[in-house]
Amino acid sequence: MSLDPRINRVKTLEEVKPIAPHEYWPTYEVFHQKKRGLQPVHVGIVHAPSPDLALVFAKEQYARRDKSVNLWVVKSSEVYTFDSEDSDMFETTPEKTFRDGNAYKVREKVEQYKKEHNTETTKGRDGYWGGITYD
Amino acid sequence: MYGGGYIGPDEPKLQDDQDDPAKLAIFEARIEAGEKIEPNDWMPAGYRKQLIRMIEQHAHSEIIGALPEGTWITRAPSLKRKLALLAKVQDEVGHGQLLYAAAETLGKSREAMINDLINGKSKYSNVFNYPAETWADIAVIGFLVDAAAIVNQISNSKGSYGPYCRALERICYEEAFHLKQGHDAVVALATGTPSQREMVQAALNRWWPPLMMFFGPPDKMSSHTEKLMKWKVKMASNEHMKQEFLDTYVPKVFELGLTLPDPNLKKNNETGKWEYTEPDWDEFMRVINGDGPCNKERLAVRRWAEENGRWVREALIKKDEKHAIPLA
Repeated sequence: MSLDPRINRVKTLEEVKPIAPHEYWPTYEVFHQKKRGLQPVHVGIVHAPSPDLALVFAKEQYARRDKSVNLWVVKSSEVYTFDSEDSDMFETTPEKTFRDGNAYKVREKVEQYKKEHNTETTKGRDGYWGGITYD
Repeated sequence: MYGGGYIGPDEPKLQDDQDDPAKLAIFEARIEAGEKIEPNDWMPAGYRKQLIRMIEQHAHSEIIGALPEGTWITRAPSLKRKLALLAKVQDEVGHGQLLYAAAETLGKSREAMINDLINGKSKYSNVFNYPAETWADIAVIGFLVDAAAIVNQISNSKGSYGPYCRALERICYEEAFHLKQGHDAVVALATGTPSQREMVQAALNRWWPPLMMFFGPPDKMSSHTEKLMKWKVKMASNEHMKQEFLDTYVPKVFELGLTLPDPNLKKNNETGKWEYTEPDWDEFMRVINGDGPCNKERLAVRRWAEENGRWVREALIKKDEKHAIPLA
């Protein structure tokens, strides 16, 4: 007698027909939005026969605890990406410091100019650039 | 739960002699630099095979591991315990699916993995071939089997394959709940009536030998093991993980005035290591090879579930649907 009640109740089989290719349906990529105002983030996949059921399965798999606002699903076969061999196209991007505000520092020159030309005027808000911290 | 622990000796050959040396160098440099490997990156054939095998067996362990616990849902001693166990069992099945998904990104389909499981070709963690005889077994499994699995999984989550690491991070987060609810259930029994204490002590005695086998026999330090460590597939030796487990959890058993059935179990204060009696590795090999108390019924239940779900799957299949390997 087994301790598993299912073993005693159901007729178990010694062999079953193999599961056919794609019998578990296609996959959907799942995006989870945790809070209003945050981007939906990719969290994984589900196997599902339709978008409706993909959402139901995604709710069970990726939103069964903690906070959630919404879920998106999109069929894996509908997502397009670059080839991973091409990732070197991004290699020099972090070097493009001319795209970064921090590359432009003028304070020293301004101070030098002020000293030489005695241009001290009414003091404004120190380091204030309409909400942007600068220098 | 359930970390792969040690599963079997049938490790695939790493076959690196056939790999393109230039690509191999880039691959190894990336791992050396602490970067992750992603699904569509070039990888050595042996790395792919070893990962598929490891992640797939880990997935099967989650699914099969839910079976002994599932049998106790209807018999949980209170609504609170039943809610916790239901949530835990659902998590375990969810972990199985997350792990299957990670293995699928490496090119083995979910259908192929389930076929290999129900035909007995793939292994799963040996610990689930033992029965959960009483409610106290469920408490001890939730506490100590999950604890052992966490040690293994936290270690693996620092490995090199991105999708596996991501799945493990989520899994470890949920395991923390499993461990705590298991500890809570053990403490409830240990601080309860004399017969409750007796029950939890008996369960500890039953589960200690399988727990001591959980991480597997000490690793043979071979070039194979070295390569797996270099590629960050294997992150810690079996003995290292076992020591970590003993160091963290044995004191939590002893502080309740409970005992473990090994007269040699003690920490050597000079070496800082735990000493213990080696478990019966012959029994371990016997059970792994199919001759354990529950191997047959675990697979029988799995086959039954597949067969009885088939009409639902087939009714919903659409012909001419596009399929793709999951992305991440």
